This record gives sequence, structure tokens and C-alpha cells, in this order.
Amino acid sequence: MFLTFIHNAIRFSTVFLFGSTGETITEKSGHLNLGIPGIMCLGALGGCVGESVYLKTLADVTQVNGFAAVIIGIIFSMLFAGFGGLLYGFLTITLRCNQNVSGLAITTFGTGVTNFFISMVDKTGFIYASNAFTAYADGLNMNNWFSDLFLTYGCLVYIAIALSLVVSIVLKKTRVGLSLRAVGESPATADAAGINVEKYKYCACVLGAAIAGLGGLFYIMDYLNGSWEYSIDAMGWLAIALVIFSLWRPNWGILGSILFGALYIAPNYLNISFTYKELLKIIPFVVTIIILIITSIVNKKESQPPAALGTSYFREER
Amino acid sequence: MHTKKREPFIHIMKRADMPAWKMWLIRAVAVLIAFLVSGLVCLILTKGQHFGGFYSEMIKGAFHGTRIYSLLQSWAMLLCVSLAVTPAFKMKFWNIGAEGQTLMGAFASAIVIWYLGGKVAGSLLIIIMLLVSLVFGAIWGVIPALLKAKWNTNETLFTLMMNYIATHLVLFTINQWAPDGSSKIGILKYGSFSSILGQKYIINVVIVTVLTAIVFVYLRFSKHGYELDVVGESVNTAKYVGINVKKVIIRTMILSGAICGIAGFLLVGGSPTPTLNADLVGGRGFTAILVSWLSQFNPIIMIFVTFLVVFMQRGSSQAASTFNIGDSEAFNGVIVGIFFLLVIASEFFVRYKVVIKLKKDKIKAVREGGAK
Repeated sequence: MFLTFIHNAIRFSTVFLFGSTGETITEKSGHLNLGIPGIMCLGALGGCVGESVYLKTLADVTQVNGFAAVIIGIIFSMLFAGFGGLLYGFLTITLRCNQNVSGLAITTFGTGVTNFFISMVDKTGFIYASNAFTAYADGLNMNNWFSDLFLTYGCLVYIAIALSLVVSIVLKKTRVGLSLRAVGESPATADAAGINVEKYKYCACVLGAAIAGLGGLFYIMDYLNGSWEYSIDAMGWLAIALVIFSLWRPNWGILGSILFGALYIAPNYLNISFTYKELLKIIPFVVTIIILIITSIVNKKESQPPAALGTSYFREER
Repeated sequence: MHTKKREPFIHIMKRADMPAWKMWLIRAVAVLIAFLVSGLVCLILTKGQHFGGFYSEMIKGAFHGTRIYSLLQSWAMLLCVSLAVTPAFKMKFWNIGAEGQTLMGAFASAIVIWYLGGKVAGSLLIIIMLLVSLVFGAIWGVIPALLKAKWNTNETLFTLMMNYIATHLVLFTINQWAPDGSSKIGILKYGSFSSILGQKYIINVVIVTVLTAIVFVYLRFSKHGYELDVVGESVNTAKYVGINVKKVIIRTMILSGAICGIAGFLLVGGSPTPTLNADLVGGRGFTAILVSWLSQFNPIIMIFVTFLVVFMQRGSSQAASTFNIGDSEAFNGVIVGIFFLLVIASEFFVRYKVVIKLKKDKIKAVREGGAK
């Protein structure tokens, strides 16, 4: 029982982890993308469209090629979500619009488009496509606690963790990461140092959105086994909160997302009435608020957002 | 020696000043483009059958027969929430919790009806509802403001999380109240102030119109309005001239939350079939933020912008259901999303000037012209 709970918490945390890793990349370039909830919806929609197209090419939907199904899902998901990021980037980088307002508009647009077009997607056979996402190698399930906790997840769980580790190393140790952080801290200085500010900002917005979109794909294809549900935007907001919680460090985000995952699904594992479960669903949000307050009280230099977060950069304006 | 320098093809520069009519012309063009794109979306979705029909269906869906009253109702509600978020935004306090604050207002009204309905006189009940809604909305708004003032806690995420807390509190209470576990409380018997002049919704429109005037005067002519404007422009300037920034933040958010509370009260009491559910606010809290920003925080302009948005929502829903293009409720999300993106993008042309491939001296001339 407890083991299943931890297993599912880790599994569910992947939704938040993709979202927060993507948002961290974007925020490091100085762009607060409040469109992540909409972008995660777009990612989920993209994944569904991709699988639907793929399943149509098969004579028999039960004969799904696991590798092809996963790759197609990932590519379509990243394309759709990346498009959302590009749109956001165009508004905030080239057109220098207000980031909060543009982000909210992307959320409105993304959830609207997803809610509308998802009803047109033919979802027959999604369960077989979903099996490809949740599958793990046969030899890994040894029916002990170790394999239950570490080895028996679908591939996206491992991809999310690997990605967040890679991103945190790139941000901290490489030249590209240093330049990106410079752009987020002080674009004018970065510009003077010869860094192509716009290029970095665009890459961060598009790549960040594409990664966040995978969270939506994971939720539908892995966690819900291919059935559709309109609750991705709530998770998108929590993913944005997780960025602050992890202090803009994707590797800390892994632990944070597991905590969020555990809090999110905990009510389902407690032996209490349906009514009180609703009350317990408040906990992840309350915990987020408490963390926000604590980080604001502590107010250390290391726990601050990128200095230029939320401001547009215009070279001629000094 | 002569080296060839590459000139950028597009040159962007800040506009010094722009006449108001030109600004509004740019925005009007953006709105027209939004309508055009919406029509094209409809054309594609109906496989090339309907383009002109989309617009006539929109107008029919919004204004035809009794629909105009529900249009007015939606308009009044969106305007009310937009008014509520405006003072805080003018202060650059990013309150994206209007959804939750409004829901708490509605929740308060429902609580009063549930426990006092039938026990006190009808008019007294409505007054209590209004007062409790004001208090609930204000509390939900002031909590993030207090922490912002004290520790500079990030208000954007704080107010956002408060939305979900409000949603789950309401769901919890509904489950407590619903006797059969259906998670629905049905229509409340008391607390509706409808049927004045035979029109169910007219009273809401009147209340919100009065509120618009009050907020306009407050922002434009009162000392409070001036102070929050200064805080929004520059916190340091505000401190320098002796404005108590913390007090202004807290006061403004109490006001913002309280107006959200009124919106919640109107959603319950102003409906001929008062009820409570978690989706009662229906995303207005988020739409209101965009509306408020697009209206330049001006309540008078807001009247027209909200009307345009509500017209697009209701009209496109109707068009979608007439032409049978999928989920008609979701379709208005697509159209309104396109509308917002285009109008936000148009702000660029208000603030910046795009010069395409000019000679260097010509750019110089334009720049000098702008600086005059």
C-alpha cells in the first residue's frame, strides 16, 4: 500500500517535473511564461494528434510498435507545445509585450484550442498506444521494493529525470548555460559581451515550452492510460510554482515534484470519506503558499529569481 | 579602405508620441483582423461552406430575441470582475486571483442563503448576503497583499494558489450540503432579487454601471487613486514623496477583493436561479485581467472592451452550434484566444515604430523628427 503510494507519487511527479524544467529554462532567459498551463494542454493535444495519426496508419490498432508510438507522441507533443512557446516568444521578445498578459493570453488560447480540437481527435486504440508509454523491460520487475520504486516506470519518467539533471548541469557548468543566465540577469551586459540576446531568449522560450508540453503528454498517455481529462491547467500552475520552490534549480525540482506528486495524490490513499478528500486536495496549494512565504522571508541572494525576469529588453533603451 | 557594413533589414525604434486617434485606429485594425481570422477559422472548420454566415450567426447569437438579456448579464459580470482587478493592476500588483476572490464572494452569498434563507425577511437577507460577500472577497484579496507588504512575497503565484483553495473549499462545502452525494445543491429557494421590471438581469446591469462610474472617479479623481498610480509607476518615488506603500498595497487589495465579492454576490443573488458550483465564475477572473490591461486600466474603455469580448464569446458559441462544428462552448475559447493574442500584439505598433530598410541618414532623420 505505502509502496504503491510512493510509486504513484514518483510517477505522477513527472507531470510537474517536465513543466518546471521547461519553465526554469524560460525563466533563466528572463521570461516569466504564465502560458505554461496552456502550453501543457497543447502538448497533450499534440501527443493525441500524433498517436491518432500513427494509429490510423496501422491495419490493426493492437499491433502498436512501442518505439514508434513513443517517438511520434514525443515529437508531436514538442511541436505543438513549441509552437505555443514560439507564439509567446514572438509576443514578448520581438513585440516586447507585457509578459504576464501575453502568458495569460497563451493560456487562454492553449486551453481553448485544446478543449475544442480534442473532441475531433479519433481516440480509438489509445489504450494500445498508452501501453507503449507505460511499458518497462520484463526483467526489471523483480517483485521487490527496489524494482517497485526505481525500475518499473514508463520511459517518460526516466526521460524527465535525466532531462532535469542535464539541464541543471548545462545551466551551471557550460558556456551556453552561463550565457543564458547572463541574458536573464542583465540582457544589456550580455549584449555588450557579444551574446546574441534575442537568439538565446527565443531558444529558451521554444525549448522550455516544448519540454513543458511533454508533461501534458505524460499525463494523458502514461498516467491516465490514454483517456482524456480537462485538468492539465491546474498542474501547469503548480509547475510554475515548483520553479520557485526549487529556487530555479531543475535538480532540486526532482525532489520538489515528487513532494508535489505525493501531496496531489495523497487524498486518494487515505481511508476517509469522499467529502473530506476534497478538503485535503487543498494541501499542495497551501504548501506552495507556505514555501512562497518562507522563500520571501529568507530572501537570500541565491534564492532570487533572475534579475531581469519579467522585463522586456530593448537595445536602444538604456 | 572601404568595408561593407550590413544594415539590418528591419529597424525598430521607440515612438516618442502618438496621437490618440492613431492609437485607437491601430487597435481597431487589430480587432478587425481578429474578426477576419475568426471567420477564416470557421471557414476552414466548415470545410469552406460558411464565412459570411459566421458573422450573421454571431450577431444573431448575441442579440437575437431574449439572448440580448443574457448577453447583458454576461457583460455586466465580466465588467464587474474587470473593474475589480483594475486598481491592483494599476498599482502593478499582479493579482491573478480574481477567480478565487469572486468565487469566495459567491460562496459567502450561498452560505448566507443556506443558513438564513426563509428565516429573515427577503430584503434583509440580500443585504446580509452583500455584506458577507464583500468581506469574503476582501479577505481573499488581502491575505496575499499583507504578505506582499510585509515580506514582498510573490503575489502572482500566491493569488493563483488561493484560487484553487477557494475551488476546493466550495467543492467540500457542496459535498457537505448535498444530501445525496450528487455534488449538486440545486437551485436555492431564497436570495434572488430578480424580476424587477420583468427583466431578470436588468438590476445587475444597473449595479455594475454605477460601480463603473464609482471606480472611474476613484481612480481618476481621488487621492487614493493618485497614490496607487504613483506606487505603480515607481515604488521609490512613492516612498520619496511620503506615500505609505504598504498601506496603499493593502488598501487597494481590500478594495479589489471587495469588488470581486460584489461580483460573486451578483452571480448568486442576481441570477433568477441562484445556485453554487465551483465553475460559477467560469474563467472570468483570468479574462478580466486581459480586458483590464487592454483597456489601459480605464473603466470607460473597459465598458466597450468587455462588450466586445462577451459578444465574441456568445456569438462564436452560437455560430459553432449552428454550423455543428464540435464543442460550441469550447469554440469560443479558440476565438477569444485569437482575439487576445492579436490585440496584445497590436500594442507593439502603438509603442514602437518599424522602419524597413532605410538608409542610415534617413533613420537619423526619422529619429530626430521623433525627438522633437
